[in-house]
Amino acid sequence: MKTRSKGKHSPGVWLRELADEVREHKFIYIIAVPVLVYYLLFYIKPLYGLMIAFKDYSFVKGIVGSPWTDHYGFGHFMTFLQDPYFFRLIKNTLAISCLGLLFDFPSAIILALLINEVRSKHYKKIIQTATYLPHFISIMVLCSMIYTFTGRDGFVNDIIAMLGGERSPLLTRPELFRPIFIISGIWQGVGWNSIIYLSALSAIDPQLYEAASIDGASRVRQIFSVTLPGILPTVTIMFIMRTGSLLSVGYEKIILLYNDMTLETADVISSYVYRRGLLNADYSYSAAVGMFNSIINLMILWVTNYLCRRMSETSLW
Amino acid sequence: MKRVSSGDRIFYILNNAFMLLMIAVCIYPMLYVLFASFSDAGKLMQQSGAMLWPAGFSTEAYKAVLKNRMIWISYKNTFIQVFLGTAIAMVMTVMCAYILSRKNLKIKKLINIILVASMFFSGGMIPGYLAIKSYGMLNTVWAIVLPPAISAMNVIVMRTSFQALPASLEESASIDGASEMHILFNIILPLSKPVLAVIALFYGVAMWNSWFSAAIYLDKRDLFPLQLYLREVLINSSTDAMMTGSAGSAATDRVAVSETIKYATIIVSTLPILFAYPFLQKYFVKGVMVGAIKG
Repeated sequence: MKTRSKGKHSPGVWLRELADEVREHKFIYIIAVPVLVYYLLFYIKPLYGLMIAFKDYSFVKGIVGSPWTDHYGFGHFMTFLQDPYFFRLIKNTLAISCLGLLFDFPSAIILALLINEVRSKHYKKIIQTATYLPHFISIMVLCSMIYTFTGRDGFVNDIIAMLGGERSPLLTRPELFRPIFIISGIWQGVGWNSIIYLSALSAIDPQLYEAASIDGASRVRQIFSVTLPGILPTVTIMFIMRTGSLLSVGYEKIILLYNDMTLETADVISSYVYRRGLLNADYSYSAAVGMFNSIINLMILWVTNYLCRRMSETSLW
Repeated sequence: MKRVSSGDRIFYILNNAFMLLMIAVCIYPMLYVLFASFSDAGKLMQQSGAMLWPAGFSTEAYKAVLKNRMIWISYKNTFIQVFLGTAIAMVMTVMCAYILSRKNLKIKKLINIILVASMFFSGGMIPGYLAIKSYGMLNTVWAIVLPPAISAMNVIVMRTSFQALPASLEESASIDGASEMHILFNIILPLSKPVLAVIALFYGVAMWNSWFSAAIYLDKRDLFPLQLYLREVLINSSTDAMMTGSAGSAATDRVAVSETIKYATIIVSTLPILFAYPFLQKYFVKGVMVGAIKG
């Protein structure tokens, strides 16, 4: 945002303009009141409450009254850097989101490309209806399906036993947590996430395909030289958004699926914040960890956006 | 239809076959749950591998689920939360989007800054929790329905579609002396029914699926929404409450019955969404498209 030169707008002028506006657009300013109250209560107040990350918050003393931590208020951040779980949390968070970026992210693009190659309109519709369905299943039901399917007598174990393997509850095995998390995520999201690419695909000029096929390009060749370049801007934008949340894995699914045995591969920053903050009531420390997380997120988002703008002219801002 | 080369034909056949596989993979887990829920508990235990039909047939599990008091209470709570939450969210979102669709007002600039900021940075889980706690909203429905009332993404979608309406409509109305309130209620809202439906569905489904805020803000079981009760039954495996009085009493029987009860609970709790699905799908896709224009 550009800062306004102060000479042109003195506070007095600004106030007079505001008063004029309020008079002229009374309705707008009336409906702005609940909106502002909402943001004050549910956005600004928690932002202000983030101050406890720099303090030793106690419920009795309140946010203002609680004492600042050492290291000029950065005590909790320093503690986190030396936390025995620090590396495990960073490693798990990055591993899960990078695996997501590697498999989950392209899966929707590939599905969109393949759906686009289906020639029967009817069949296309059926595929879309079927692949969108898992998106509407609640996370709770999804997780319980994972539990039953991967349980000792579950469907997945039936297949493992049929192939001569050993039956075991798969969710207790640390090495399988990430694959289960990623695969179930793809199952639930692939169809839904393909919509945005399908809409980008429909905007590609059909003449490009005609020209390509006159030049003798096969369908597969056309995918790579017409379709993919056509949706590249959309892919770039989605990629930037995705990297912006590289360090924030959805904790809801994690805390439903993990257990003491899988913590070593499953525990991510946000689930740790949840455990320390809400289960152990360690408010200040976990607020600091959460803040650390979102600041790194912002930085990654900024860097990716910068790189994408440099390399491809497509960027968020 | 143009002539298709043999290479292309192979590609089409492979692609269609792969798509068939995709359909199966997406649908089958749900079908499995459906079959298992109607299965006879004992036979389901012996069943192994894929199931193309219920193993035996029994509606015992459904009887047990529907007899349970908690399922009805949590269903009722979920409906209250969905309707109340969606109504509040719609009013707030329409107001916010309308303000943002106006030109050059100071208040618009302020709200715009807050909205964009909220997309990139927020207080996070703990300060949010403490704020709700300090308002005395713990163990009330307000802790569930108020915080998600304005979603920045939905506001942007709605604002974009408000702005896409022909400006001449508004201009002629304001020349005729229509107030801004009049323009909103008599011109913009009636013309924006599709986007309103889409956004309402977005909020409604999000409310239906939400459980985490309920898990941290509510501890009275009488207030639990369906999803939170599902966690007890499905994930923490406490089906005992439903099995009192059911036929089996031997330990293995109980395990078997508990499995079918879980499957039946999944079906019972997913039914409303499945019934609404054709409708949801159509409007949701539209919503994603509208959102995509803005990027």
